[in-house]
Amino acid sequence: MTGPTILFEDIDERGLNTIDVYRRRGGYESLRKVLTTMQPSEVVDELMASGLRGRGGAGFPSGRKISFIPKVDVDKYLVCNADESEPGTFKDRELMQKSPHMLIEGIVIGAFAAGATKSFIYIRGEYVEQADIIDAAIVEAREAGFLGENILGSGFGLTLHLHRGAGAYICGEETGLLDSLEGKRGNPRLKPPFPANQGLYQGPTVINNVETLATMPHIIKMGGAEYAKIGTETSAGTKLVSVSGNVQRPGNYEIELGISSREIIYGLAGGPPEGRAVKMWFPGGSSSPVLTGDDLDIAYDFNTLAQAKSMLGSGAIIVVDDSVPVVSVALKLAKFYKHESCGKCTPCREGTRWTVSMLERVDQGLATPMDLDIMASVQEQIIGNCLCVLGDAMAMPIGSMVAKFRDEFEAHIEAARARNPWAGEGPPDPDPVLVQGASGA
Amino acid sequence: MIGRRKKRAPEAVLTPAAERRPAGFESHRDDVPQREVARFGHGSRVPGWDDAVDLEKDPAAIPDPATTPVPAALRAEIEAHMAKYPDFRSAAIPALAAAQRVHGWCSPEAIWQAACVMRLTPGYLISVASFYDMLETRPVGRQAVYVCTNISCSLCGADELLDRFKRETADDPDFNVRGFECLGACDIAPMASVNGIYVGPIRTDEVPALVEQIREGLPPLPGKQLHLRKSTDPGAVRAPEEGR
Repeated sequence: MTGPTILFEDIDERGLNTIDVYRRRGGYESLRKVLTTMQPSEVVDELMASGLRGRGGAGFPSGRKISFIPKVDVDKYLVCNADESEPGTFKDRELMQKSPHMLIEGIVIGAFAAGATKSFIYIRGEYVEQADIIDAAIVEAREAGFLGENILGSGFGLTLHLHRGAGAYICGEETGLLDSLEGKRGNPRLKPPFPANQGLYQGPTVINNVETLATMPHIIKMGGAEYAKIGTETSAGTKLVSVSGNVQRPGNYEIELGISSREIIYGLAGGPPEGRAVKMWFPGGSSSPVLTGDDLDIAYDFNTLAQAKSMLGSGAIIVVDDSVPVVSVALKLAKFYKHESCGKCTPCREGTRWTVSMLERVDQGLATPMDLDIMASVQEQIIGNCLCVLGDAMAMPIGSMVAKFRDEFEAHIEAARARNPWAGEGPPDPDPVLVQGASGA
Repeated sequence: MIGRRKKRAPEAVLTPAAERRPAGFESHRDDVPQREVARFGHGSRVPGWDDAVDLEKDPAAIPDPATTPVPAALRAEIEAHMAKYPDFRSAAIPALAAAQRVHGWCSPEAIWQAACVMRLTPGYLISVASFYDMLETRPVGRQAVYVCTNISCSLCGADELLDRFKRETADDPDFNVRGFECLGACDIAPMASVNGIYVGPIRTDEVPALVEQIREGLPPLPGKQLHLRKSTDPGAVRAPEEGR
């Protein structure tokens, strides 16, 4: 048994994306309870008691995040991060497509708790169908009086707009998202000031992931203390995990935090195809350090994965089986981050680019085992030295692959060098123009 | 005279070294045709920009509405987006996307029209357009096919799928086939987004039929579209519709 089903309960019910079916199933009752019987501080207390941690990647306690919003009389904002660009993640897509009103209800509750009066959903531009569904749902909710001025006669008003992005991984980073939402290039900002103090349009802003917000109505419904009983002490609740890669039944699964990873990968997703074994797996999106087949029995929750020197991240498990060379995975990954680096910070911009070049040298047989040390040191110099964690997001998995699969990297280098006609002769002849230019400088 | 060296002709310094590099090496997008990049003999780029910039000219000012005709529908759409936000500049991406739908790509004309309505300089909007993958800064085909080539999909054969797509549409300028970052549909890998509709898993031998459907404006692989997919989670109780 994988625990209770909260977010995915009857998710396939036909017409759940319409307000009628959603309300028939008890939708918007939590919102009514919040607006008619609770104070914003009580909602925050309830969220704190639930132990809910952000589902987007960082795992920051959601109640605390909202409590950081200063209680001053300025325009405050709530932004729902629906950019979901972390490779391997597709849980928010399914939630938004099948149950958009759950998200809207969560947004209104979250905005009420934070005192925000304007809210935005930043959805990635590729999600055309999902954006259309949400747009329709917003219109329905507005007509039913769950959005707009004086919601349910409580005096609380909230506007909600959908903002479509245009394809950039970095816009999933919260400050990059804010810049993009302000109509600029999506470059991350220096923190502090944190968005809770100066975010969108320099106003206090709370930014939450789709799944986090969609969980809020359920927490209000069942009570924070009750929700905290699900999962483990430090990782409460259920989590949607997206399992993909070399598995037989890829898809989204709602699990209780703390169950064993083997149960997710083998039990729910069916494990790798017949006759193959798990070589490595990313526990939380492609940005998380890889774990190997030996780590399958660790519990799937925030703290245990952190102890295993990886992270739960967005809950996207990518399974790589033993038929795939590790160098090709590393190269694919590095190319992606090189493409997506916004170029603002030098360690990330140059580090991703040189990592790709070095991995290409490994693949083409131009490298020596010493290059692996250089590559590892490049990764170390990216981590922690940039405004955002995009560079780290490449450095952590690549660094962990080089550390854990060094033998395979070295064997790959040897094999590629044997194939390479230049092997043992050093680099190709220097360019005559360079020689001439050097003496003529 | 000793110590005095002959100055080399600038052509010799600027010898393009592109032929020594694998195709696609310099472009940040692998599928954009390679343009010649001016390089020194030892391989470094000649400092400057990718695109020709005339530094003698003043930057373009906000376009004059009197000389910049904008289609009424486009103007209305952009103004509706601008009204949604506390700061109208937030509408930059939606405005560029709207202009791109009208013009096919973010052409100078499209940028100028959006800039005219938004009262921004074209330079500002170009800086935005060049950042985002879905805003095209080069002319492209009308039929956008994005093939996801990220880890999960490539583990399931996305690179072969993209190759096949490119071969099938090689002689058709109407197609804009691109390898794309993770599209968020790893459960139907390998997949593609066909004009915004997600389809998958696509076998390579289905590509010719799919290309034909796109050409004729039919729904792409109707049985394999994402919105038909049921949840795989056994905990998500099936709705009674299946029994009905």
